[in-house]
Amino acid sequence: MASTTASPHGIIGRPVPRIDGPLKTTGTAQYAADFHLPGMVFAVPVQATVAKGTIRSLDVTAAQAMPGVLEVLHHGNVERIYRAVPNDPNATVSETRPPLEDNRIYYWGQYVALVVAETLEQATAAAAAVKAEYSAETPQVSGELEPFAGTWHTVSARGKVDEAFDAAAVKVDQTYGTPVETHNPIELHATVAAWAGDTVTFYESTQGVVNHRNAMAQILGVPRENVTVITKFLGSGFGGKLFPWPHCALAAVASRRVQRPVKLVVTRTMMFSNVGHRPLTEQRFRVGASADGKLVALRQDALNHTSMVDNFDEGCGEATPYLYSVPNLTVTSALVQRNVGSPMAMRGPGAVPGLFAMESAMDELAVALKMDPVELRLKNDASIDESNGQKFSSRHLRECLETGSAKFGWSKRTPAVGSMRRDGKVLGWGMAAASWGAYRFGCSTTVELGADGKVRARCATQDVGTGLYTIFAQVLAEKTGLPFERIEVLLGDTTMPEGPLSGGSWSTATVLPAVAGAADGAIASLLQIAASTPGAKLEGADAKTLRLTEGRVHRATESAAQGVPFETVLQAARLNRVSADSTSGSAFEDPKAKGLSMHSFGAQFAEVEWEPGIARLRVSRVVTVIDAGRIINPRAGANQIKGAVVMGVGMAMLEETVYDPRNGQPINGNLADYLMATCADSPEIDVTFLDYPDYALNSYGARGIGEIGLAGVAPAIASAVYHATGVRVRKLPIRIEDLLQSEMREA
Amino acid sequence: MQSFSYSKAQTVDQAAGMDGRFIGGGTTLVDLMKQGVETPKTLVDITGLPLSSVETLPDGGLKIGAMVRNSDLAHHETVKAQYAVLSEALLSGASPQLRNMATTGGNLLQRTRCPYFRDTSYTNCSKRNPGSGCAAIGGHNRMMAILGTSEDCIATHPSDMCVALTALEATIHVQGPKGDRAIAIADFYKLPGTTPNVENALEPGELITHVTLPAPRKASKQVYLKLRDRASYEFALASAAVVAETSGGHIRFVRVALGGVGTRPWRSHEAEAALMGKPATATHFRAAAEAALKEAKPQSENGFKVELAKRCIVRALTTATA
Ligand SMILES: Cc1cc2nc3c(=O)[nH]c(=O)nc-3n(C[C@H](O)[C@H](O)[C@H](O)COP(=O)(O)OP(=O)(O)OC[C@H]3O[C@@H](n4cnc5c(N)ncnc54)[C@H](O)[C@@H]3O)c2cc1C
Ligand code: SF4
Repeated sequence: MASTTASPHGIIGRPVPRIDGPLKTTGTAQYAADFHLPGMVFAVPVQATVAKGTIRSLDVTAAQAMPGVLEVLHHGNVERIYRAVPNDPNATVSETRPPLEDNRIYYWGQYVALVVAETLEQATAAAAAVKAEYSAETPQVSGELEPFAGTWHTVSARGKVDEAFDAAAVKVDQTYGTPVETHNPIELHATVAAWAGDTVTFYESTQGVVNHRNAMAQILGVPRENVTVITKFLGSGFGGKLFPWPHCALAAVASRRVQRPVKLVVTRTMMFSNVGHRPLTEQRFRVGASADGKLVALRQDALNHTSMVDNFDEGCGEATPYLYSVPNLTVTSALVQRNVGSPMAMRGPGAVPGLFAMESAMDELAVALKMDPVELRLKNDASIDESNGQKFSSRHLRECLETGSAKFGWSKRTPAVGSMRRDGKVLGWGMAAASWGAYRFGCSTTVELGADGKVRARCATQDVGTGLYTIFAQVLAEKTGLPFERIEVLLGDTTMPEGPLSGGSWSTATVLPAVAGAADGAIASLLQIAASTPGAKLEGADAKTLRLTEGRVHRATESAAQGVPFETVLQAARLNRVSADSTSGSAFEDPKAKGLSMHSFGAQFAEVEWEPGIARLRVSRVVTVIDAGRIINPRAGANQIKGAVVMGVGMAMLEETVYDPRNGQPINGNLADYLMATCADSPEIDVTFLDYPDYALNSYGARGIGEIGLAGVAPAIASAVYHATGVRVRKLPIRIEDLLQSEMREA
Repeated sequence: MQSFSYSKAQTVDQAAGMDGRFIGGGTTLVDLMKQGVETPKTLVDITGLPLSSVETLPDGGLKIGAMVRNSDLAHHETVKAQYAVLSEALLSGASPQLRNMATTGGNLLQRTRCPYFRDTSYTNCSKRNPGSGCAAIGGHNRMMAILGTSEDCIATHPSDMCVALTALEATIHVQGPKGDRAIAIADFYKLPGTTPNVENALEPGELITHVTLPAPRKASKQVYLKLRDRASYEFALASAAVVAETSGGHIRFVRVALGGVGTRPWRSHEAEAALMGKPATATHFRAAAEAALKEAKPQSENGFKVELAKRCIVRALTTATA
């Protein structure tokens, strides 16, 4: 439907502050663990201290007798917790084995019991008093995935890659590795579950209320309509909170057992074992080129580890098949089982570790060719998606590279290792290309115009901290001309129309058409009412000639000031409100998007400062240029990219979950010992959005920006590290141990 | 966490006689109580004691009350001007929030960050269970010590402040049931040997009241250099505190102490001996660094600390003699 409103503010594309900002800065935003219900009690899990074996005995008598203890659940007394249907995309769980299913242990920290008590302190004390004995076996947690003897499967193939590689003039054949990284959103995972009869309400930290409801209904054996999931605010998830983990079911089962609301907050240490991680990857890349730098062969064989109970495929080949033009290509992948908790998608799954490997290999190829690495990328830019022959909906990688070069000052780079200096330090300059998919899924939204003068949108999606509330508000402001004070956005509640899971950077692209459609629908009804309400100012007008501007209904030929406030229209018609629902479909079913390859692109340029005398290296500057369609809110957008760059510094230099080789325990499971980038580690960051709308994805031309910012950061830094130090690090993180290998002793 | 009783001491005399565990900022103690590693029955809060001043002594030295917070000490004008190595060390440690809580006395007695010490599910930790072995040997030991280790314990002494105090030759003053005494920092910390549970020279019930520093050597330069993976909020992989005096290009006085590598704040007499009277040149700095690390015993994951510590010493000496 054509828009019947003007957009006086040009609010789309403006860097407006978040509408929920004040709630967060004043501490009034309620996160899952902030819900405190009458009669609520607390649950604390007991974790296995072995990574493989069986529970020989579990003595809960002491715990059971402790003050305040209401119940100790374990595999011997828990009711049936059902499994989720395998591969059901609408009711997905993170770990398919239900908690406490039997006495087998698959990973360190697995829940073996759950204590429910009146207070958190009582539950914690009693959990510590549960005595478990195990028949332990030696766990397999090795960080080396090769030699691998299992079966590989082909992800993408064209041409004859091995022959072309053998014949290539210049070759790189190297293996790259990325470590286990743990999602560490500041908000811990938390579930508050409360039963009333046979219905249950969850206050959850989830990136998908609808999926959570569906999965919980399945697991608990109750109809979907008996389950409500509420996530008003999320302290981020980075993918770790996409789907329910075992603690969610445990909280619900405990609540049903004791007939009281139950709160279960996963501790920071448990976050390292029980709620996912980016899996370890090991990727062999073979890249062959002609002497003048044209790619002739590209082969990626990627392994990632998974748990004993799930087949989690990281998808390291995500960006490989389409990023460059190369006639001969093969991507294969395989999984290696380890005694670790199940992995889970983490910001930019697949593409981020995959691009670390591919872009590092490209950097090595540039060195072997004695060619500028930007030049190498430009030379091999693809004009179509060669993996499937499709056209790109909108691809501006070339401009990302060129703009990034100019902004960074790349032309001043001298290629020799250790050849650049500033203030007594060696400088290293490196770069990498980036890409991430562009998606749009189905979404339903209701928009209502109220007699109280407010406009409201409702949608069962959730704002994971990225600014989605504000995106809704911007569309409503655009459509109605109302200021933010008169706009209410209600999200994160499964009683509302179904919206998307917050993942894959698709939320904005997904919700825009639905909220715009619903707003248009509600406005059309309003104008109809204005024209047909007896005695009203606009009675008898042709509704098609009416407009809603600045919250006022008026004739197209007149100004808004000459019109009537929309609430007056509703009041005159004795209506409490007028509303419309709209449902938009997924891009896969959209004829406009069909047959197109849709991706975002980017270029990352990194500078490091290196003090060889003391092996100290810091990332000092990152220039990032992003081609992610039209940017609806550049302020929230830049915030996403900057945050991702800082995360990329952590990925390149710091983050790694370490498992004790003897018992499989994640041994650095806290925020002091698991190193993430601090403010002091954050480089100067320059973000540019190219802002080319991608109208194949939606009428606003918006793609997503949550993940692309992380893609390419680690390889750009690794490339800068090589340029500064001469040390090529192929296994992240880049540590002082590696830097000490540099032959350089002085700047 | 087990239950405990809590009381607040009003006077130093009262505190020194009390049978219980002193709590200063609580940043080490409360953390370890939550882990079940420390299980005191009685906590004696000493933050109300009148021990929070920093005073210049008649002999020109400095007296630092045990309750002086790490942030206050680091930003104290006299400390910044005359004991820069101490200020720098303090500011390199922990985070602003922790430094605002942490006290001088508590910092002296902070316990190791060894992950196996902090997790009671490991029964093999001789620091917690004397004679039980050491889980860190053969485990994740990248952060562990390479100097002063034993078969029973390889835990690093984590403090930055104490490394500076070692280079400054501080004296620790205590008051206990048997009266007052002063302990040179060189005698305060014990090597783990077969009793890693005994970490220092304190007797039961003894309260640290203050720390004194000798008058600053006017011609000396002081440097604290801390090397680590990230720029902030991480314990040292290797650090060096240096106090040095040169004349005519020769080293006339030098104190070298190391952090992040020793089982106690590590005074390197070997480095000092290699430097005394020698020209302040890179060759001699490297020789001193070699001497300091001669006895190093790396574990499976921390071999790199040997070279890193040497580089740290060389750079700190270079800066302190420039
Ligand atoms: C995450 C984290 C990171 C850190 N990083 C660093 C770092 O990089 N560098 C660094 O140097 N430190 C670091 N620290 C340690 C920090 O400096 C210490 O925790 C702090 O100095 C301890 O002081 P406190 O007053 O809080 O001690 P408390 O916890 O109150 O006490 C510690 C011990 O000292 C005893 N005690 C306290 N006062 C007295 C007294 N007057 N007489 C006798 N006994 C006493 C207590 O009984 C207890 O055993 C870190 C700590 C944390 C938690
Ligand atoms: S190094 Fe010391 S503290 Fe750590 S496990 Fe061994 S004995 Fe315990």
